[in-house]
Amino acid sequence: MLTTTTAETRLYGPGRSVAPEPVTGSQAIIRSLEELGVTDVFGIPGGAILPTYDPLMDSEQINHILVRHEQGAGHAAQGYAMVTGEVGVCFATSGPGATNLVTAIADAHMDSVPMVAITGQVNAAVIGTDAFQEADIVGIATPITKHTFLVTDPDQIPQVMAEAFHIASSGRPGPVLVDITKSAQAAQTTFSWPPKIGLNGYKPTSKGHPKQIREAAKLIAASHRPVFYVGGGLIKAEAAEEFRTLAETVGAPVVNTLMARGAFPDSHPLNVGMPGMHGSVSAVAALQQADLLITLGARFDDRVTGQLDSFAPEAKVIHADVDPAEISKNRSADVPIVGSLKSIIPELTTACTEVFASTERPDLNPWWTRLNRLLETYPLGWTEPEDGAIAPQKVIQRIGAASGPEAVYVAGVGQHQMWAAQFVGYERPRQWLNSGGLGTMGYSVPAAMGAAVGNPDRTVWAIDGDGCFQMTNQELATCAINNIPIKVAVINNSSLGMVRQWQTLFYESRYSNTDLNTALNPSGEEVVRIPDFVKLAEAYGCVGLRCERDEDIDSVIAQALEINDRPVVVDFVVSRDSMVWPMVPAGVSNSDIQVARNLTPDFDGEDD
Amino acid sequence: MAQSSSNDVARRTLSVLVEDVPGVLAKVAGLFARRAFNIHSLAVGPSEVEGLSRITVVVDADAELLEQITKQLNKLINVIKIIELEPGNSVQREHLLIKVKADAAARLQVTQAVELFRAKIVDVSTDSLTVEATGAADKLDALLSVLEPFGVREIVRSGSLAISRGAKSMTDKAFR
Repeated sequence: MLTTTTAETRLYGPGRSVAPEPVTGSQAIIRSLEELGVTDVFGIPGGAILPTYDPLMDSEQINHILVRHEQGAGHAAQGYAMVTGEVGVCFATSGPGATNLVTAIADAHMDSVPMVAITGQVNAAVIGTDAFQEADIVGIATPITKHTFLVTDPDQIPQVMAEAFHIASSGRPGPVLVDITKSAQAAQTTFSWPPKIGLNGYKPTSKGHPKQIREAAKLIAASHRPVFYVGGGLIKAEAAEEFRTLAETVGAPVVNTLMARGAFPDSHPLNVGMPGMHGSVSAVAALQQADLLITLGARFDDRVTGQLDSFAPEAKVIHADVDPAEISKNRSADVPIVGSLKSIIPELTTACTEVFASTERPDLNPWWTRLNRLLETYPLGWTEPEDGAIAPQKVIQRIGAASGPEAVYVAGVGQHQMWAAQFVGYERPRQWLNSGGLGTMGYSVPAAMGAAVGNPDRTVWAIDGDGCFQMTNQELATCAINNIPIKVAVINNSSLGMVRQWQTLFYESRYSNTDLNTALNPSGEEVVRIPDFVKLAEAYGCVGLRCERDEDIDSVIAQALEINDRPVVVDFVVSRDSMVWPMVPAGVSNSDIQVARNLTPDFDGEDD
Repeated sequence: MAQSSSNDVARRTLSVLVEDVPGVLAKVAGLFARRAFNIHSLAVGPSEVEGLSRITVVVDADAELLEQITKQLNKLINVIKIIELEPGNSVQREHLLIKVKADAAARLQVTQAVELFRAKIVDVSTDSLTVEATGAADKLDALLSVLEPFGVREIVRSGSLAISRGAKSMTDKAFR
């Protein structure tokens, strides 16, 4: 069941009613979560949230998963939200508990993940006195949330909880922080459901303007070189199916951003790849050479546009997004459409069909000929490492081939993330999770844990780096104890690989502080494993496997796939020198994309 | 990408109707800080509707930036409504308190200047006068420059307050 709020109902959850009953504030929190339909919560108790953990113990509906670090709770809530479409929920205590959530909250804000973080706060009477474990988490979290609440009055709890879930899940989704004082949790109040919802200042636009949609259809009908530039908003709006119909109606090439991998099937003939800093030549060229960008739920991020002034210089822009502030923020839109893609896209399809019937459209074949040549000439690929070690790209490609599109792939941040975006085939929305906006190393393991809780029947792969893995691998304990059998592929190049790549390219191969000694010493001559990831996995009650030879890749993956009664960690020891290509160096024009070091593609070819 | 129309940077006034809840001013001010929008002045106080406050904020922005500021402000949950008050169809006033040196020799001249500007003397001591003035920013600037030669000891100046001309109220349609 996908629970969403609408402008009309504004109430999240199954919509039961409860007659007034006397409760404590903490009981009101748990009862509200139950009425909101919450079944899974990630968190750690502590002094200021202790009252709420007591009734939590009696809840038959809510399964609380005790994590090992609050950041893990936050990313797990994100992973849960990203695979289910439901609001992810995490708990933390005041002070350090709350501040440990901050990275995950910021991550959810950047990637528009519906999440509610509930934190305990010190007693209302001592707020502002620098009390033990006091931190102004509302102040800290305000710039990185969609909204924050501070609750000191227990009577407000049901209303605030309902508002928090409505805000988190509607419009452009995002994280909401609810900070509740210990005194409000302990006090007596009355619980009833549903509460009244205020929020007079919150009215997300859902319907796109019909006139703008018609204008968009006219531009599409007149375009010689249209491109669909599709972002993560398509997945959040659950509009992938509707989009497929639109794409096929128009017949234009589709590029899907890092956040939109899976929103449109990789296997579809209209898909020309992922754009951006490490996008494919065909996708980058499609944007650069287009005369029309049909932008749906994307935000012209600098990692997509490169140098903004020279991005898609000949293109007019149709920009549809649920957040009006994204429109004309970075690139001005010729036809802005504000509203939910769920309704805009079918309306645009209808409008296109009508306009196409009454006008003669330009022939798109020359455009396709040009892009097809680039697709054929510059497919994604890799060169075999010269040091004889395994190619990391191959490991990831084989994991994807063996596990298929029904699995979930959750990346950390860095080279392995880009390779996972490039070399796993994505066919369905919510198949791919990563930290796109904030770029949080350490996202992978806890987010994979949350994804596995949300999708217990799917294989969940955490594709992680040796640097990232060391930031949050304590959640392996949580996975092992709670029977959450995620599979972790550590793409171990014994270094902070993406930083090392930049040092190779832009700092004359001066490797300042990027050696991690997780497979090799810095000179590359000696085996050093600090830590030994296999032993670490075993210490956490997981299965630890290691793969160091090309010929073992498939068998080790097969072995990992057979183990489903506990988490598995595979230490794939790979080449340090492999680099992510293509690449648009930071701050330069996308037209200067390199397919390999110092090698710029021939965009024009002989047929132009 | 910059729209290359006649978007000159100018001083612009926004009137922002907000829910009067704890932290709302911090949310508004914090938004300006983190998006690197420059606030020229800001004034906040209760409105005619209980539970609603009104913030008058003056910014230096071109039309495009002003649109982005407005959109970002609108994303704040506690913001109910935003309007731009253009100088031609609104009344804009600041409030100024100045402590100016005025011994027996200078006192008459200071008093005359104050009268000329229709300002008021609100406190007197042996060698200083405190002057109160209300008016548009340029008028207060002019008063200050006239008083400057006597020796200004202290200035307190409010942010701009602004209200639209005519019968309509900003809260009329806020709760439709």
